[in-house]
Amino acid sequence: MATIFTVVTKYIMLFLMALYAWDSLTVIHLKTQSQLSWKYHKMLALTLMFHLTAYATIFINTKNTGVLVFYGLQLLFFVLYHVVYRRLYPRSSRLFLNHTTMLLAVGFAVLTRLSDADQLLDITTALGNRAVKQFVLVCGAAAVTLFVPKFIEKLRIKKRTAEILGVGGLLMLVLVALLGKTTYGANLSFDFKVFTLQPSEFVKLTFVILTAMLLQVKTDFKRVCFATAVAGSHVIILVVSNDLGSALIYFLTYLVILYVATHQPLYLFAGLGCGSAAAVAAYFLFSHVRVRVAAWQDPWSLIDKDGGYQITQGLFAIGSGGWLGSGLYQGMPTKIPVVSKDYIFAAISEEFGGLFGVCLILVCLSLILYIFRMATKVGESFYKLIAVGFAALYGIQVLLTVGGVTKWIPLTGVTLPFVSYGGSSILSTFLMIAVLQGIYILKRNEDEEIERKRKERKLRGNRAAAGTAGSGRSRKTGEKAGQKETKQRN
Amino acid sequence: MAVTFGLIFAGLMCYYGYFLSVQADQVINNPYNTRIAAMAGKVIRGDITDKNGNLLATSQVQEDDSVLRVYPYGRTFAQAVGYHSKGGSGIEAAMNFELLSSHSGILKGLVNDVTHQKGQGDTVVTTLDARIQQAAYDALGDYSGAVVAMEPGTGKILAMVSKPDYDPNQINEIWDRLVGEGSTETCLLNRVTQGLYPPGSTFKILTALEYIREHPDDWEDYTYECDGAFEYGDYTIRCSENAVHGHMTVRSALAKSCNGAFANMAESLDKDAMRSLCDAVGYNSRLDMALPQSATSFPIDQNTDTWQMLQSVIGQGKTQTTPLVNALMAASVANGGTIMKPYLIDRVEGANGKIQEKNMPQSLSKVMTPEEAELMTELMVGVINEGTGSVGGSDQYQVAGKTGSAQYDSSENTHALFVGFAPADNPKIVVSVIVEQGGSGGRVAAPIAKAVMDAALLQ
Repeated sequence: MATIFTVVTKYIMLFLMALYAWDSLTVIHLKTQSQLSWKYHKMLALTLMFHLTAYATIFINTKNTGVLVFYGLQLLFFVLYHVVYRRLYPRSSRLFLNHTTMLLAVGFAVLTRLSDADQLLDITTALGNRAVKQFVLVCGAAAVTLFVPKFIEKLRIKKRTAEILGVGGLLMLVLVALLGKTTYGANLSFDFKVFTLQPSEFVKLTFVILTAMLLQVKTDFKRVCFATAVAGSHVIILVVSNDLGSALIYFLTYLVILYVATHQPLYLFAGLGCGSAAAVAAYFLFSHVRVRVAAWQDPWSLIDKDGGYQITQGLFAIGSGGWLGSGLYQGMPTKIPVVSKDYIFAAISEEFGGLFGVCLILVCLSLILYIFRMATKVGESFYKLIAVGFAALYGIQVLLTVGGVTKWIPLTGVTLPFVSYGGSSILSTFLMIAVLQGIYILKRNEDEEIERKRKERKLRGNRAAAGTAGSGRSRKTGEKAGQKETKQRN
Repeated sequence: MAVTFGLIFAGLMCYYGYFLSVQADQVINNPYNTRIAAMAGKVIRGDITDKNGNLLATSQVQEDDSVLRVYPYGRTFAQAVGYHSKGGSGIEAAMNFELLSSHSGILKGLVNDVTHQKGQGDTVVTTLDARIQQAAYDALGDYSGAVVAMEPGTGKILAMVSKPDYDPNQINEIWDRLVGEGSTETCLLNRVTQGLYPPGSTFKILTALEYIREHPDDWEDYTYECDGAFEYGDYTIRCSENAVHGHMTVRSALAKSCNGAFANMAESLDKDAMRSLCDAVGYNSRLDMALPQSATSFPIDQNTDTWQMLQSVIGQGKTQTTPLVNALMAASVANGGTIMKPYLIDRVEGANGKIQEKNMPQSLSKVMTPEEAELMTELMVGVINEGTGSVGGSDQYQVAGKTGSAQYDSSENTHALFVGFAPADNPKIVVSVIVEQGGSGGRVAAPIAKAVMDAALLQ
């Protein structure tokens, strides 16, 4: 019985995801408020239907009532989050909310499947369950970042704040390099017994803000050199900590911000050139880079050694699942090493299907394009660069993780934001979206303000015109007064 | 910038799609993939049949619910069909995934799921013909060697026999003896695809073709006076069995397999051109086929010294081929110059009879023009009617072929080889035979090929 149910829901979930992906891409072009509103409602409905179907399948396969309780809690969280957010920020971007919800839903479902469902039966063991831990972290992150947009709306991000954050971030990286715990060859985190904190996830954000601040106004050569030096120091410290994946992300993001700030393709190409040279140097300097490249070129010859095992298991999973997937609990994603983090995409591809995987990639892409589009509309250079930087940060990370898992590029040890397990990643991604929401709300406020004034002026102009003849003087005065007013407000 | 990201993502998705469409099937058929073994828990391994539905391998469910793999034809198809325990070999290994996949229809699948029954694995229908295979197996007798028969127009392999053989029904019992330390057993080797031998005089087909190509206007005027020995510096090439052939033309040289004449022709051949011709036939590469192949070699280029060249063009020296590639050489002549890709699997059928996968003939390479093929056919007919291959001929149909007696060490002992096809004017079958230490190709290998052709062409 369970098998047939799983097969049916496999197609249902694929269909829902395909619709969602289609909506994500087409919504970017919609104009009218009513069209958008309908689309957003539809996307949320699709997400919740997917969420329900996935958990129903998990329940049928595990016959575990704890799963139902867990589902209920998640549903509650999603609904509350949307309601509270919309209440608090009527001008927030619903698209950010929708994408966050969908990606989290996929993540929760996969992590639940990968975990031991029996743990959900009892509250004490439940907290040991990866999916539950992820859920708790998500709730926490959502709560903590809830007020960030308010902050930004009221106080804006001042130059001073950016500087403090930036320097603080850099120091944090140094600290990790010196004291941090080593995971899979990279000095990544601080171990606080109860949880591990991965600072590079947060410094990613401060780095973008700092760079945006440096390049927002002056983009002459001297400025560029200084900004590059700052960026370079981040990258070098990361390299020294053996966290080459993050170093790569920081470096490429910097190039993107630089290009958008200066509009000089020369910097971009020079940067890529230096980057390639650095990559080659890294190849010769670091043994684990050589291992990764060798595993990428021919994992089959290294299949029972450290380098090739993970990639080959991942490819077995993706290949066995095929385009339509094997269905939840019909594959063996648990055979893949580090499957809840770096390799979660392989697990998704195996059981949900290759087509589902493609749709997921498209959803990520649509999010990136949405942020870029938002960036082009924002007037202030500082916010524009932050948005561009965040879009690049997210986009490059998705490319690196999915690309590595599919063996398109060598593995770089990065995770899929919102989907992979990982508290620091969840929190920093929530922060990133929150800041973007803040910028979005600021823009909306500005737009509404301009619109309001335009209407006011029009009204005043009409009133004056409809006034008594000979009140030309008063008309002129009225206009002048109106102009003075506008000037003061700006 | 957004466009750049869009393009890079498109690239990623294309590669992802490429992997799923093209590479996935081969990748997952790997003993390290535990999913395949898990499939066996839910599916009864499917059947392997010949082209007419005769069972070559089947699963018999025993009284105690265990499943026994049975090979009704036993030794006859040993290496081609292979075995599936102990890691697997042959078609059992190559089609492992398909044999463990079940497509029995939605209703049946539902019933199976509810009653916790195993599904029936898909059936693999091969291109092999049990009757032709049996004829080849019987004809090879007690010799060691290989026989392969295929359709030149499609590439379908009709028979694949390799000896020494073993009984696959006993594989578990005899395994330790076969692979244990100190064992000199070679019966697990599929000599058709992986046995490497010097082609001997069968190679002269290519030498003759190359000579004709380089002398298009005057090859028919070529003459050579054979006195049994061809001298080159300090070295001598003798004709087989110390025969003295006398006045030779290209035609008669091929018919009588005169080493001297060919060595003489080779002195002037363009080495690179010869190399290209051999590469087109399948030398110096590894054939891409369901079963593992050995890489053949013809290591000649512009810098090779002439003595090496002279030995190579008579199929000795460092030239090495497999019986299958040798068959492809003959197939190129039989099929108007084009080699069709050899294949063993015709289709995969679900338990409900629906075709899951079907292989279609594909051309592999173009070796010569149709005119050249016609000419070579004529010359090869000469081998049968007027030359060393007479025992391979038949009164019922015209055979075209080439014999070979290949030296494999410094003694006078030779392997016996034969390649040929029939009927010469409308070829339906190509046969390649090698008899290890068999002696004369004409006396030992040719009759085996005739037995196979009889089985195929005379109902």
